[in-house]
Amino acid sequence: MDHPLLSVQDLTVQFRTRAGTITAVDRVSFDLAEGETLAILGETGSGKSVTAQAVMGLVPRPAGQVTGGRIIYDGTDLLTRPPSEARRLNGTELAMVFQDPLSSLNPVLRVGAQIGELFRRRRGASRAEARRKAIELMDRVGIPAAARRVDDYPHQFSGGMRQRVMIAMALALQPRLLIADEPTTALDVTVQAQIMALLADLKAEHRMAMILISHDLGVVAGVADRAMLMYAGRVVETGELREVYETTAHPYTRGLMASIPELDGPRERLQPIPGAPPDLMRLPSGCPFRPRCAYATDICASQPPTLAAVPTRPDSHRAACHHAEEVLADVVAG
Amino acid sequence: MDRTTGQVPPTDQALVAPPAGDPAGPVDTPPPDADPLAGRPRGTIGRLRIIGSLVVVACYVVAAVVGPILLQYDPVATDLKARLQPPGTRLPDGSLAVFGTDQVGQDVLAQMMQGARVSITVGVATLVLAGLIGVTAGLVSGYFGGWLDAVLMRLADVQLTFPSILLAIFIASILGPSVVNVVIVLSISNWVTFARVTRSQVLALKERDYVDATRTLGAGTWHLITRSILPASIAPILVVATVELGHVILAEASLSFLGLGTPASTPSWGMTIANGRDYLSNAWWISTIPGIGLAILVISFGVLGDALRDRFDPRLRSM
Repeated sequence: MDHPLLSVQDLTVQFRTRAGTITAVDRVSFDLAEGETLAILGETGSGKSVTAQAVMGLVPRPAGQVTGGRIIYDGTDLLTRPPSEARRLNGTELAMVFQDPLSSLNPVLRVGAQIGELFRRRRGASRAEARRKAIELMDRVGIPAAARRVDDYPHQFSGGMRQRVMIAMALALQPRLLIADEPTTALDVTVQAQIMALLADLKAEHRMAMILISHDLGVVAGVADRAMLMYAGRVVETGELREVYETTAHPYTRGLMASIPELDGPRERLQPIPGAPPDLMRLPSGCPFRPRCAYATDICASQPPTLAAVPTRPDSHRAACHHAEEVLADVVAG
Repeated sequence: MDRTTGQVPPTDQALVAPPAGDPAGPVDTPPPDADPLAGRPRGTIGRLRIIGSLVVVACYVVAAVVGPILLQYDPVATDLKARLQPPGTRLPDGSLAVFGTDQVGQDVLAQMMQGARVSITVGVATLVLAGLIGVTAGLVSGYFGGWLDAVLMRLADVQLTFPSILLAIFIASILGPSVVNVVIVLSISNWVTFARVTRSQVLALKERDYVDATRTLGAGTWHLITRSILPASIAPILVVATVELGHVILAEASLSFLGLGTPASTPSWGMTIANGRDYLSNAWWISTIPGIGLAILVISFGVLGDALRDRFDPRLRSM
């Protein structure tokens, strides 16, 4: 990757609360090439959504603040741009699909108007042309009878259809980077698969880069090229999707993998990760995953691990664990 | 009196027309929070209240528009032979004084219908003006916050510490009596309610996902306010407007009663009531009948406002 489309470097986002300052995203770095799909995975509170919000300029103010790092999109730093210029990129270059499709559509406007508005405002299209394009897009994202439904309100659509409308809006101006923040979490399992398939399709069609945020390792498996796992605001493991899934080198990733039910394996109890996600206000010393980790030793308490190359694929696969090799050995052994 | 209630004359009723004209139509969109399926069964009683109060309001509007054309009223004419006649008297010129005549022989019904024009015009004009000021102030202070919010809301707080009628009397006595001045006076004392309701709506709405979503698609501030936030705030503002309309009409009558409202050439209900006060012992109808008429209209607006509020936004119940 000589010239990544998006390069996030040492991004740090902090939230000031009455009880103190918490670091929601802690020196996160990643690159994304044109047309590539990165899955950001992690539990609730791991900082994956805040990372996306920072890229889109949506970190809630005044409590939240990007306190460090750079977000370089196509050669320029988004964080140092004036808001008006950043806004010009939104929609045309970067777009986002939100988690809950009901609350992310304007409840009082007809969906056709909401989609068409983008063409009218940003492309100067006429009313009739915008409407025609809205119907075309709704058709493209698989909304049946688009010509009839274009005049419906969001609450008249089912969850999956609403998410399709959201996707249509995000794709209207053909952005080069789409961020999907848990796009299927609020949907039924069968609908989840349809939406993921739609995203994969559209990605291929438009040669669009995509950041796919999820807590579900299975959901992203068919779409993502690379995976990045976050825990307590830090990147704990990153690499090609296959490497991360098959030669897991971080105990947290291993725990997540173990808690996915297997369809064809022997029926046994799922193995949850013991303990609860960490309190960002009171992170343990050293490695934040230490209290829940079976591999933890003394060094984990004294030295925070840094991302280091995993021996099997040192060029792309990296993990932040003092015991990465032991984990790897266990995973390979089964 | 015409009883075609479904048709609301567009001019005088512009503010309440959208929910009234088509209660089951597109305006029926639930507030963003509400479950779209909730609130369907409770519809019948609410609908009855809305329709009932709208019928009454429509009667008044029709009377105000058509009445003075059918029953000529000249505010400076006197007819001493026909003065202080009780309701139902056949006057010397052959006409029937349904509500009696006043101390100079004027027909009370004609006077009331003329007064309804003034009252409803003043009411609607005041709401439009107060609504414009209040909604703008509420949007600005809610969306931008900061010192602007602090200044506007403290101003509103200070104003709320005065009883609004006292403030109105104070300003009216400075400006002098005229219809336009009454509108200005009442707008000044009524913008606060609009500002507060709008502000609280904006505060709740601007954190919503769909506002963020619109922002990620490149929408500017103006667009966000006019297309994302304002349309979703309309329902509660409309409810407030309906309730306030009754209050404003009452306040206008109070000002006129005190001689600070409309000038003598534009008779309003308040003035008719005030004129009849001296004759209460021997001609009760001069004050009483316009008073009852006023009360019925104000109560109808109150009921309509309550019903609309229950329909659109039950969370406003504490207002």
